[in-house]
This record gives sequence, C-alpha cells and structure tokens, in this order.
Amino acid sequence: MSDIAERVKKIVVEHLGVDAEKVTENASFIDDLGADSLDTVELVMAFEEEFGVEIPDDAAETILTVGDATKFLEKNAAQA
Amino acid sequence: MFDLTGRTALVTGATGGIGGAIARALHGQGATVAISGTRAEALQQLADELGERVHVLPANLKDAASVDALPGQAEAALGGLDVLVHNAGITRDNLFLRMKDEEWADVIQVNLTAGFRLYRAALKGMMKRRRGRLIGITSVVGVTGNPGQGNYAASKAGLIGMSKSLAAEVASRGITVNCIAPGFIESPMTDALNEKQKEASLAHIPLGRFGQGAEVAAAAVYLASDEAAYVTGHTLQVNGGIAMV
Repeated sequence: MSDIAERVKKIVVEHLGVDAEKVTENASFIDDLGADSLDTVELVMAFEEEFGVEIPDDAAETILTVGDATKFLEKNAAQA
Repeated sequence: MFDLTGRTALVTGATGGIGGAIARALHGQGATVAISGTRAEALQQLADELGERVHVLPANLKDAASVDALPGQAEAALGGLDVLVHNAGITRDNLFLRMKDEEWADVIQVNLTAGFRLYRAALKGMMKRRRGRLIGITSVVGVTGNPGQGNYAASKAGLIGMSKSLAAEVASRGITVNCIAPGFIESPMTDALNEKQKEASLAHIPLGRFGQGAEVAAAAVYLASDEAAYVTGHTLQVNGGIAMV
C-alpha cells in the first residue's frame, strides 16, 4: 500500500470512526462506511488539509470510494 | 439552569449596547468570552470591567481576511469555541430611490456576509467537537421591513434565511443555529429621538416601553445554553410585542 493510501485510510478511520479493516480500496464512503453527505464534505476538507491540495467540487463529486480518493491524491497531491 | 461554566464564546460588535450586554451576560453565566469590535479602547474597557475569563480581539468586519481569521483567533485564545454570537451590525439608512451602491454594499457586507464568513470558519471546529451554538442578532425589521432601511432589512432577513438553511445542514452534528430579533432597544440611537418621535414609536409597542440590552442578552444566554439543545432554526423575537410573528 502506498504512503498516500495509508494516510487516506488513517483519515477515513479517524473521521468516520470505523474499523480499519473495513476501509478497503473499494469501500464506498456512503454505502459501506456509513458516511452522510456532511461526512464526505468533512473528509474532502481533511484530505485538502493533509495533502496541501485543493479539491474542486466537481472533482469531489467523483470521489465515492477510498480508492477514488487515493487515486485523485496520487495524481494531484502537492506533498506526496 | 443556563449555566455556561467552562464554555467559550465569541461576541462580535461587543462595544455596542446590545453586544456589550450579551458579552456581560454570557460571562456572568460562567463562560469565558472573546470580545470583538473595531474600537480597541472600548473593548479593553469592557474587558477591564469583566475581569477574568475575557480576551480582546479587535477586528474590522469589512475586511474579509480579518473576518475569516477571527474564529480561529478566538479558538486559539479560548481553547475552543462553543458559542459564536454574530452581533455586529451597521446601518446606512436612505430612501430606496436615493440609496447609493456603497450604502447597500457596506450594510450587506458587515451584517450578512461577515456572518456567513464567521459561521463558515467557526463550523470546522464545532463539527469536529460535535457541539456548537451559532446565534445571529437580526432585527424585527428583517421580518416587517422599514422605510429607509431597505439595505438593513435585507441584511437582517438574509441572516434569518441563512441561519435556517445552516441549521438544517449541521443539526446532526449537535450544532444549533438561531437568531434573536430585537425591536426598539434603549441605546444611543433611541436616546437621539425627540419626545414626539419616542411617543410615536411607543404607541406601537404593546408593552409600552423600549427594551433593555440585558433583555436581548437573556435570550442569547438561553440559546447558548444546554437547555436550548432542541431549539434550532428559530428566530426569537424580543420586541415588546411590536410585531407578533
């Protein structure tokens, strides 16, 4: 698992209060991890803070799973 | 009831009559308060009066960057932020036909846009802590309208609509968003009215007198308290019955 994937997983575990083993690449924030729409906004803001990157709204809408977040950040993160 | 011991609060416009009363009342219930306003000397005077558990944070709410920074400064000074009272407000009265763009923009900027920015900045921490009280001081004219105050009434009505929308968004996080709408409150502004004007105003107030800042502050204490946990998206009218809405 990449460093970015590790950090994404850590943030998701902390923010949603879910077990780490549930946070798999294909896990959907809303369907599998019990997030509501406000949680997903909080997650996006936490990613922005952790990785020093701005995630525009249209990009945020495409980040539905843990893997989506990792992929986006691997492509765009300023401080990988 | 309404004990605020251990709670932290930021009050904007704290040098005004109502803002000062709110700061005193929250402090009196045990809260640690950060008082903000444009006049540093007047803030310091209030801080000296309150003694302990008070921090002075001068800020100009016309300046976007200083508005954005204010809740963070309060959190740093207070060690958290449980209650934010957006009380700061200005008037630039004029008849609609004569109203200048600047008169419109200044009032919207301070009364409404600064509220939006303060709330947005304060929410981050409140959402993490799963607790918060956002209280906007609006006005009876935001509901009734008032000739010569198209800009002011719009800003105050805007605050009510904004608060209701936000209340629905963040309710699940233990954060409530409410407004207080004062009517005529004794202040330098009402002192300036002549007897005839005073009589004319009082004729419309069922309780037959102007209100006191402390009576508005009592509403703020209630909305800030744990006891008001089930009240959100509400506008509490403190107006002597001048408008029963």
